[in-house]
Amino acid sequence: MEPKLKKELKKILLGIGIFFLFMICEKLHLLPMIFEHRLAAFAAYLIPYGITGYPVVRKALLGIRNRQPFDESFLMFIATIGAFATGENSEAVAVMAFYQVGEWFQAYAVGKSRKNIAALMDIVPETANVESPDGTVETMDPDEVSIGDILVVKPGERIPVDGEVLSGESMINTAALTGESVPRAVYPGASVISGCINGEGLLRIRAEKAFEDSTVSKILELVENATEKKSKTENFITRFARVYTPIVVYGALALAVIPSVISGDPATWIYRACTFLVISCPCALVISVPLAFFGGIGAAGSNGVLVKGSNYLEQIAKLRILVSDKTGTLSEGNFKVYKVCPKEAACAPELLQLAAAAEGSSTHPIAKSIREELKKQAPRLLEALAPVTESENIAGQGLKAVVEGDYILVGNKKLMESQGIAVKEIEDPASTVVYVGRIPDKDGRPEFLGTILIRDIIKKEAREAIEAMRNAGVEEVIMLTGDRTSVGEAVGRELQVDRVYADLLPQDKVRCVEKLLQERNTEEQVLGFVGDGINDAPVLARADVGIAMGSMGSDAAIEAADVVIMDDDLRRIPMVIRIAHKTVRIATQNIVFALVIKALILLFGAMGIANMWAAVFADVGVAVLCILNSMRILRTRRTI
Amino acid sequence: MKKKFKCDIDCAACAAKVEDAVKQMEGVVDAKVNFMLQKFTLEADDEHFDEILKNAIETGKKIEPDFSVEV
Repeated sequence: MEPKLKKELKKILLGIGIFFLFMICEKLHLLPMIFEHRLAAFAAYLIPYGITGYPVVRKALLGIRNRQPFDESFLMFIATIGAFATGENSEAVAVMAFYQVGEWFQAYAVGKSRKNIAALMDIVPETANVESPDGTVETMDPDEVSIGDILVVKPGERIPVDGEVLSGESMINTAALTGESVPRAVYPGASVISGCINGEGLLRIRAEKAFEDSTVSKILELVENATEKKSKTENFITRFARVYTPIVVYGALALAVIPSVISGDPATWIYRACTFLVISCPCALVISVPLAFFGGIGAAGSNGVLVKGSNYLEQIAKLRILVSDKTGTLSEGNFKVYKVCPKEAACAPELLQLAAAAEGSSTHPIAKSIREELKKQAPRLLEALAPVTESENIAGQGLKAVVEGDYILVGNKKLMESQGIAVKEIEDPASTVVYVGRIPDKDGRPEFLGTILIRDIIKKEAREAIEAMRNAGVEEVIMLTGDRTSVGEAVGRELQVDRVYADLLPQDKVRCVEKLLQERNTEEQVLGFVGDGINDAPVLARADVGIAMGSMGSDAAIEAADVVIMDDDLRRIPMVIRIAHKTVRIATQNIVFALVIKALILLFGAMGIANMWAAVFADVGVAVLCILNSMRILRTRRTI
Repeated sequence: MKKKFKCDIDCAACAAKVEDAVKQMEGVVDAKVNFMLQKFTLEADDEHFDEILKNAIETGKKIEPDFSVEV
């Protein structure tokens, strides 16, 4: 607890203690000379009133001086004065004391949620160690690092700015930024982002961005601005508060004057008017609803999802149509060997080795994927690759190379046919089919060796994520891809998406989303687009909610998107939908609860059934309960 | 020049009041008082920044005595 809060609490408790003491004395008729005497009793009760309510009175007077009187302090001040005036001393103090309890609790709750969010934002590097050309290292503020500086990051330190590793190897902890708990291995040439914590190794990195353009600064700015983009619910509350308070205040005025004139019993009616004033503060709503959204954004943040505003969180709760890009989002975005089918039961690694040898050191994605697969299956064979002595690229067909004297052919069916190799054809629309054949030097009889299927592999969590999204209320999942229709449809079937639009150029994707936006039945069916931020910034901007993923360090995506998933785990989408649901549910509960209680007490107060104690509950009690309810959102567990 | 400071402010309404008042001051381009994050952002002329900052804090204190800024 902050010292300031502690001091406040002590004062409030002291005031309440004295107040209860006086109450007991009064009820038991212990000190008749004080409590039976009206003025003396008033003076006595003024002590606990002053102890608890001094800040409120001061604020109320200040408000009057600054000509902005209509705030809650002023209302409390008037209500308590009214209570004193009608001789209800104890109630005046009770109202003030419990109002202060409520205020204290609000400050405590907000402070606590702020701390939770601060923990998320505890990503700011404190210092940077800059190495000068002569080898000396100077420690400075990350702000002062310029692009091109060489930085030394010791074990356990935060990486100060975005950069590239020059030397050293280490495992870096990206959890604070991505929510990913498994450390990432970095080595010379790897780019690293600011805010990650260095593991065991010493790293030397070259600064590639200034601190203010680095990921950490971007994220902080994003979170700070998030609280400024208000949700519809919050705006409603603000508007409501603006009319609610004056209406109740004028209602109180009318209640104090009109029946008094008619019935001639001003004390009763002024007292009832004061109960109105106590209830007139919409604090329960004004604080608990934004707190719920703030907490929701915080909960998402600690799970590696940045939501750029309360309004987007509200939209996500209504997400019904999810449009997803394929490459890099649902799929890994790079080619991998999916299946190796040697002709005979011969060894798959040998087929791979032969193909890899023929490809030589080609950087073609297919060559790379074959080498990678070989490395995975049999690293020893990769080291023992026979050299290529001759190599010829046949455009649109494949490759013809000489390895250890034999011709090796790697390519499509056309290539095999042109060389007179009879292949066992494989139909797989989702894959690129690579045939391997050989024409031995000794007899020149072409032979077919086998097939390698290469695919852009679907992310392993994609199916699970899509199913979880459906459970979270998404009605339709649509996939967009620039790939061939056959590939797109095969992937779509595997992932069980509802619709697939294939063969799309980047600009077609925008048109496609626009069409989908027009087709939907109501605006309430929120359409979200999820992409990896490469080439799809316009689509991210066009959708109701643009979700960018795996976009650490990609400024364009972070800027265009409304929701940023820091790593590339699709399961974070259903998770953030659940957080959004919970947030909206809590906000609605608070609104309904607060309004119903307030309306009831207003009604009963006017009829004289509810006294000021009930009014205090309707004001402070409701506020505290709503805040407690809002704080539930911060307890959202991490699921990934 | 735009700078951010840690600040102390007690309620959302107070933050809005201080923000409005500071925004209307001479030399201030933009100002923000963020209650949830307890952050005060001031954007003002480079030359007189320190002076404007001092005045802004004073103005804020006049409206909300609890308003304070860590410079």
